[in-house]
Amino acid sequence: MSKLTFARAINAGLRKSLESDPKVVLMGEDIGALGGVFRVTDGLQKDFGTHRVVDTPLAESGIIGTAVGLAYRGYRPVCEIQFDGFIYPAFDQIVSQVAKMHYRTQGRVKMPITIRVPFGGGIGSPEHHSESPEAYFTHTSGLRVISVSNPQDAYTMIQQAIASDDPVLFFEPKRRYHDKGEVDEAAELATALSMEKARVVNAGSDVTLVAYGPLVKTARDAALAAADEGTSIEVIDLRSLAPIDFPTVEASVRKTGRLVITHEAAQSGGLGAEIAASITERCFNYLEAAPVRITGFDVPYPYSKLEMHHLPDLDRILDGVDRALGRRNSLSGLEG
Amino acid sequence: MLTDEVGKGATSASRPVHSAENPLRSGGSLIQLITPKGERISHPEFDVWVKDVSDEQLGSLYEDMTVIRRIDAEATALQRQGELALWPPLLGQEASQIGSSRALREDDFVFPSYRESGVAYVRGAELAEIARVWRGNASYGWDPQRINLATPQIIIGSQSLHATGYAMGIQHDGADSAVMAYFGDGATSEGDVSEAMVFAASFQAPVVFFCQNNHWAISEPVRLQSHVQIADRPNGFGIPSMRVDGNDVLAVLAATRVALDRARKGGGPTFIEAVTYRMGPHTTADDPTRYRDPNELEDWAAKDPIARLKALLDSKGLLDEALEATVRAKADAVAAEFRASCIDMPDPAPLDVFNHVYSTPNSWIERQKDHYSRYLESFAGSSEEGAL
Ligand SMILES: Cc1ncc(C[n+]2csc(CCOP(=O)(O)OP(=O)(O)O)c2C)c(N)n1
Repeated sequence: MSKLTFARAINAGLRKSLESDPKVVLMGEDIGALGGVFRVTDGLQKDFGTHRVVDTPLAESGIIGTAVGLAYRGYRPVCEIQFDGFIYPAFDQIVSQVAKMHYRTQGRVKMPITIRVPFGGGIGSPEHHSESPEAYFTHTSGLRVISVSNPQDAYTMIQQAIASDDPVLFFEPKRRYHDKGEVDEAAELATALSMEKARVVNAGSDVTLVAYGPLVKTARDAALAAADEGTSIEVIDLRSLAPIDFPTVEASVRKTGRLVITHEAAQSGGLGAEIAASITERCFNYLEAAPVRITGFDVPYPYSKLEMHHLPDLDRILDGVDRALGRRNSLSGLEG
Repeated sequence: MLTDEVGKGATSASRPVHSAENPLRSGGSLIQLITPKGERISHPEFDVWVKDVSDEQLGSLYEDMTVIRRIDAEATALQRQGELALWPPLLGQEASQIGSSRALREDDFVFPSYRESGVAYVRGAELAEIARVWRGNASYGWDPQRINLATPQIIIGSQSLHATGYAMGIQHDGADSAVMAYFGDGATSEGDVSEAMVFAASFQAPVVFFCQNNHWAISEPVRLQSHVQIADRPNGFGIPSMRVDGNDVLAVLAATRVALDRARKGGGPTFIEAVTYRMGPHTTADDPTRYRDPNELEDWAAKDPIARLKALLDSKGLLDEALEATVRAKADAVAAEFRASCIDMPDPAPLDVFNHVYSTPNSWIERQKDHYSRYLESFAGSSEEGAL
């Protein structure tokens, strides 16, 4: 066991993948000598060479499109998109090529491409540096979408993503990059919890609170605070956003009868809507209240002095929990 | 057909070496080895690249072009008869497609657009495999890894990046194969083609960009895409280029061999603009009379690639009854097989819609598949009931 920051944990996972499979190649802007703007690839080019850790031209469609060709040739590219807001130039290659190639060729051509995306807000950066574009990709069949919440998962799940024969969008909560946690670097991939599975990170009985990525920590903090006041919150870290491990969420909701979902991304058409609808379909008779969503607002990501209003925080989440429990809350008295 | 007699020997050592120190020309005048009237003219630079092409091989190029034109006609007829959903004709582009693809080696990899049925034929795709995409029975025709040919690409220009990435993979592997990307003049406006040229130049990837300038992108003329000659554009990316008469199968063969040879020897990417003309509609759903001057078509018909090679063969006394009969018989047989394989093709099974989205099962899709199969089963036996 060692104590590693989130960024170092991913770095260690990438190193392990580079060591164990010569077909793994990293590509992206500034990932070489600089080690990436978040230093996640620090030292890897030095140790593995410029042909395995490739500094690319500044062309996002080019990064993903050439990765498609490399995958055709039997490589397993791991692409870094420098910031969430810069993934859009590559959108076409991701949704029209990466996602569809396996289906298009009825399995003849695999796309074991991992696309790493530092995502989400909370670091006070300018426009296009704090977005949560995950729903664009969870809506696209053929992609697996993952979001990690802690260093141990980051370490194992990046390896699982790279080992997957399917393309994976790997969303890294950038405001957690410097958080430290215990990481077992000797952990066996084969016995680690599958990246497709959700995990109950805090057991509880009154309400189910679903979160992923950066908000898992906030959700746990909310559960601790609520426990002090006698409310028992079960917190679920989704880990996989596509497919979502609904059985785990269902089992929890059957127990608690109440569901709160939180994410940084805007509300409309977001994952919260998907989870609320799916859980309502699957266990309507167990629900004692309508599912509640605590999310970012339906606005472009605001300038940094306002981001704390946009991002769900502990108190907003607890207000949502009160709503789910039918207690006094900020919307009390409001019809519909 | 994957590696034929013309393809073999494409890298014989007797040919001039082009390397980064000995850069290729850029754009410039049209490379031509056969005039529109069918006269073989000499070219100081390119003759050497086709000097191994025997009379017999000229005959086989003629056969491939004729067969491909026949497939095109048969496919268009099948579409009119409702047997194909759509067909993108390549009428007029036979020399560009046959000349370029016959220069390839088996271990080279090709990323085409949707119009390269001639290339697919040369690479060894089965006729049913060519037909089934356009019948709507599958979104891929052939196994890409079997014949080193990617599936038809619909997104304009996208495949230029895939080709470049594949070429980077060849470099990593230390192999001497090359990659070809086919696209049209319209595609040169897409960002992906520019990004592909940036990547190819940056990494000196062994890729050949083969642009068939057929003068039209659906209804938009090439002048709307490019203010300069297309072959001039790659130079700004540091990529040498050639402008070749795309209706001259020998010139196309020579130019493509030059580019592939350069790629194999570590000389990096090359861009070829094959100047040709789409004589048919964009697809069977298109009506070119709405945007195209009929005189233009007439001018280009006079430069027909097949008529041109035929005239050359004739002038050399090679177009005897035996050759004509062989080619005719081959075209008849291929057309009949194309038609039969199209009409006899079984429909896909309904639940196939759910297959192969991922390489391992996905719980969401499994659930939807299960629900839909239960729905379909609910009709079981209902036809008999209805008959009562
Ligand atoms: C990204 C994209 N935009 C638009 C289209 C629709 N479209 C199909 S073919 C075509 C014209 C392409 O022209 P060109 O690249 O010259 O190739 P050609 O069809 O002449 O062979 C267009 C606009 C498309 N398939 N993909």
